[in-house]
Amino acid sequence: MNGRYVISIDQGTTSTRCIVFDHRGQLVSVDQREHAQHFPRPGWVEHDAMEIWRNVEKVVPRALTRAGIDASQIAAIGIANQRETTVVWDRRTGVPVAPAIVWQDTRTDALVEELARAPGAEEVQRRCGLPLTTYFTGPKLRWLLDNTPGLRKRAERGDVLFGTMESWLIWKLTGEHLTDVTNASRTMLMDLSSLSWHPDSLDFFGIPPAVLPEIRSSAGVFGTLRTVLPGVRLAAALGDQQAALFGQTCFTAGEAKCTYGTGSFLLLNTGTGPVRSQHGLLTTVGYRIEGEPAVYALEGSIAITGSLVQWFRDGLGIISTAPEIETLARTVDDNGGCYIVPAFSGLFAPHWRSEARGVIVGLTSYITKGHLARAVLEATGWQTREVVDAMNADSGLMLRTLKVDGGMTSDNLLMQFLADVLDVPVVRPMVAETVSLGAAYAAGLAVGYWPDLEGLRRNWHRAAQWLPNVDPQWRKTEYDNWQRAVERTFDWIQPH
Amino acid sequence: MPGQVQSIARAAAILRLLAGGSGRLGLLEIARALDLPKGTAHGIVRTLHDVGFVEQDKTSGKYQLGAALLHLGTSYLDVNELRSRSINWADPLAARSGEAVRIGTLLDSKVLVVHHVFRPDDTLQTLDVGALLPPHATALGKVLLAYNARGGLGDLVPYTRRTLASPRVLTRALAAIREAGWGSDIEEMTVGVAGIAAPIRGYGGLVVGAIGISGPVERVCDAHGQPRITLVTHVREAARAVSRDLGGRGQ
Repeated sequence: MNGRYVISIDQGTTSTRCIVFDHRGQLVSVDQREHAQHFPRPGWVEHDAMEIWRNVEKVVPRALTRAGIDASQIAAIGIANQRETTVVWDRRTGVPVAPAIVWQDTRTDALVEELARAPGAEEVQRRCGLPLTTYFTGPKLRWLLDNTPGLRKRAERGDVLFGTMESWLIWKLTGEHLTDVTNASRTMLMDLSSLSWHPDSLDFFGIPPAVLPEIRSSAGVFGTLRTVLPGVRLAAALGDQQAALFGQTCFTAGEAKCTYGTGSFLLLNTGTGPVRSQHGLLTTVGYRIEGEPAVYALEGSIAITGSLVQWFRDGLGIISTAPEIETLARTVDDNGGCYIVPAFSGLFAPHWRSEARGVIVGLTSYITKGHLARAVLEATGWQTREVVDAMNADSGLMLRTLKVDGGMTSDNLLMQFLADVLDVPVVRPMVAETVSLGAAYAAGLAVGYWPDLEGLRRNWHRAAQWLPNVDPQWRKTEYDNWQRAVERTFDWIQPH
Repeated sequence: MPGQVQSIARAAAILRLLAGGSGRLGLLEIARALDLPKGTAHGIVRTLHDVGFVEQDKTSGKYQLGAALLHLGTSYLDVNELRSRSINWADPLAARSGEAVRIGTLLDSKVLVVHHVFRPDDTLQTLDVGALLPPHATALGKVLLAYNARGGLGDLVPYTRRTLASPRVLTRALAAIREAGWGSDIEEMTVGVAGIAAPIRGYGGLVVGAIGISGPVERVCDAHGQPRITLVTHVREAARAVSRDLGGRGQ
């Protein structure tokens, strides 16, 4: 075994980070750089893939310098990335042909409506486990091919390459054109059962096969770096939420994690077979270790959680920093009968109601800003409960513990509320950076730096735990109130 | 009598200037009004910005008085903010030391536990965030007392034979903590339990909290009954890392 450290690159929506981990999975050093968000038109969100690449070139050496180590001490490198963001670049010059279309971008909404009516739409959605929305990669790639002059011809000739962010970085680092199963599972182009690009899906979206990367396992050697850290093996790539599932060591069917950020993502390991959701959840690949069967997951995405706190801070100006929401919420004992449903741009899982808009209900003259702060935090708790209920119903696996990570886990009031409404223990692991850790774990596993999944599990330690501590009748009444509040968001935007 | 510190006098003039009228001011306007070179004015304004006394408008780049100045009379750092900013450094301290980690601040002559990380052995433990500890009998508390300008030592209850229950002895111990930059308690609150703590500093070196570990005395202390040097180093490194994140220089 060469090297005493594993490093990960977390290429996220707002920044690119490099973290050095030691053999116990502890953080040794970090470096981070933000990149620009471009909003050229309403609904459009773009990144400059070259800027992101230059940031990778900067953060990796700086993280090593901070740790006081050099490339010879690195056993492997892993990548976790923002999912679905789409890049197309010239095979010869290595220059992107257009700005990267970011996952939040909704420019494909008309295209998606048109595709939804096209023959074969049902079959494509069933095959990939995802609903046709602007969120996923397939429509974004189709849009680029339709709207970049001359691009379709170049694509058919094999002059340009397509990839999500990990493919772009793997290509820049190693010269190989590859992706992993978790990222490929977000394109709508892959067959979930065979884990390969499906010709009928490619036809449906009008994608020439010549542009596609080869699909690899998430944990396995992708190649050797030719630049940045020449000679170091690139041994893992996963979408960020799948990386967090891996970092939380959710290796057994029934284990779940929820990452609480701007939005929140709950992933449940469902084992080696895909589970089709009847309740508005996404079916996705959790991870695949080379030489082993793929492990699948159900995913529940909640659009607005941390961003509701940000709105409370920036939009209303009631608090000056996000953590102060807890201080304010603790000035009162309960929500005073007030509920906030943050359907700012419709509701995601499990409702999928795009015409819904947010409401504050139960307002009386009794309500103070403390009650509103409580209602803000409780909204995150109840939205998690709705997703967990859907997962239990779809998978037949009853959630027994929820592993949590992300910025909002420092909020003790919220974590206790989560345990209370879910009626299961909520556990925070000792490493908060689970996305980066997951990529490092997968890379270290692939090169033998860590022996097996059990070895990784032994690195996992509980940093904090919150146990349910409420009367079941309270839970029932409050959930009922929440559900009635949610109903009041429906049908707000009228069809025109 | 010591002379006037020029940059502080200039900083005060800039604050008065910003408070003087309505609307924000640009750097050039500030420099011109005080007849300062632009670079000098920039250095002072940046420092005032870092400590939160002035704010910069994102679009125009102009400056105005900051929220921190308006809340100067209230608490300097929200305890939930302190937890949120230290969480990434408290976890590695627990992992490296193998002991439970707590972060505390002084509240009405008690130590308020604002963050708690479990001992990393996955045994059943209960979060004690919100608990109040006696300052004179804990490492966290003694560190906080050592840097507390408002001097009260609290109620010196003798919990064990080793509790520093006399004001004279405690005052001497606090001086030693200031000298060393860290503190410990060895079976001073509970027989068989020891702790090590170091101060967390914000801007200008102001102590805003303390971070420390506690565990069985035979693990925390060496054969001579002294806190293990490696553990002291881990605690001080964690304190410095949090301080750096808060804009303090550590120590």
